[in-house]
Amino acid sequence: MDRYVCTVCGYVYDPAVGDPDSGIKPGTPFEDIPDSWECPICGASKSDFEKE
Amino acid sequence: MKPVEIAKGIYDVGVKDWNIRDFHGHSTHMGTSYNSFLIVDSKIALIDAVKKEFSDELIDNISQIVDPKKIDVVISNHTEMDHSGGLPRVMHRVGEDKPLYCSKMGQKNLSLHFPQHFNYHAVENGETLNLGRYTLSFMETRMLHWPDSMFTYLNEEKILFSSDAFGQHYAGYEKFDDCVTEDIMLQAKKYFANILLPYAPLILKLVEQVTAMGLDIRMICPDHGIIWRKDPGKIIDAYVGWSRQNSGKKAVIVYDTMWHSTEKMARAIADGLSEQGVAVRPMHLRRSDRSDIMTEVLDARAVVVGSPTLNNGLFPSLGDFLTYMKGLKPKNKIGAAFGSYGWSGESVKLITQELEAMKFEMIDPGVKVQYVPDEKALAACFDLGRKIGQAM
Ligand SMILES: [Fe+2]
Ligand SMILES: [Fe+2]
Ligand SMILES: [Fe+2]
Repeated sequence: MDRYVCTVCGYVYDPAVGDPDSGIKPGTPFEDIPDSWECPICGASKSDFEKE
Repeated sequence: MKPVEIAKGIYDVGVKDWNIRDFHGHSTHMGTSYNSFLIVDSKIALIDAVKKEFSDELIDNISQIVDPKKIDVVISNHTEMDHSGGLPRVMHRVGEDKPLYCSKMGQKNLSLHFPQHFNYHAVENGETLNLGRYTLSFMETRMLHWPDSMFTYLNEEKILFSSDAFGQHYAGYEKFDDCVTEDIMLQAKKYFANILLPYAPLILKLVEQVTAMGLDIRMICPDHGIIWRKDPGKIIDAYVGWSRQNSGKKAVIVYDTMWHSTEKMARAIADGLSEQGVAVRPMHLRRSDRSDIMTEVLDARAVVVGSPTLNNGLFPSLGDFLTYMKGLKPKNKIGAAFGSYGWSGESVKLITQELEAMKFEMIDPGVKVQYVPDEKALAACFDLGRKIGQAM
């Protein structure tokens, strides 16, 4: 599973960790995150992420 | 210093830092100020504190208007310590149980700065707070320039408390845009180039949003420098221009030199550029502060970088500057490299790699010269300058 980087703030989405604070369980591939999800650090949208 | 009433019942109770010349690595030739705003209404609110060592001065300023104990709400628009360092002292005087308004990320970040358990109130984007005749609205502005950053807007007077945005490092008794000369724009530009440039796309989005909301802004109160009251549109327009990163016919030549060879090359390149009608600023890295160089880079179309080869690598000051510029993510630049060397000559290749990594359009493989440039080498440098000028 690929890690994705926020192009705004540099936060890395690691599928192994997920984003539990926003209800994204560990093990969730980036592709499966809902489009409404936002970067937990800077609030950027999912489309602002790039493959690491 | 005496607080200034900026609108009915609204005071700047902030402080001046006259003598600061190095603000976390930026040169601040004019010092700076940490602005803090007191709103006296049925409820009394304080917007932003100051740097820790100015806490007592802030409290003295507040006390000239009201007893700090009477403050009902403290608002933190931004966690960075030049605005939060004074919070512990302020909360102590205001009352530890009083609500501390901030963004969600503000609460997270403030608790990573201070062990105290403040009575945090994390606002929702768009939340309002009624003070009596005045109402405040809070607007999240994440990454302008920290994740916690937010704006506070006073609906009735249409005043925007904009935190670091639209600020300038400037200490003076003049408090408003109509009291200073055009020079203030240079300070505002420097602030933008060194703090906000990486987030230029977010600024454009925000301005679009604010325009769509039809938000009327009559006064902008940043946390540093003067207040924009005569023409707040001017600084907003300037931010839009800088964020688009449009550039004129301008080049910056950034270089260092050991025995003046790379410097001679820089001069010849500058001559070539100038012949093409390009405004050119040659800047020696150990004579110019990196933050002043970035201010020139902001509206330059070309950045030409030169370094001698030292021990098979770049001269160390280049490492400093290139790292710094990379983080600020300048866009739409063309570039080229040059430098002298003794026996190996890696510098031109290394600079080229760095600039390419920053997505500069390299318009020439660059010029390198062994030991000392002769007439032919200087002519090649002149031609490089001319070529860069023609590419604009
Ligand atoms: Fe982010
Ligand atoms: Fe800041
Ligand atoms: Fe600041």
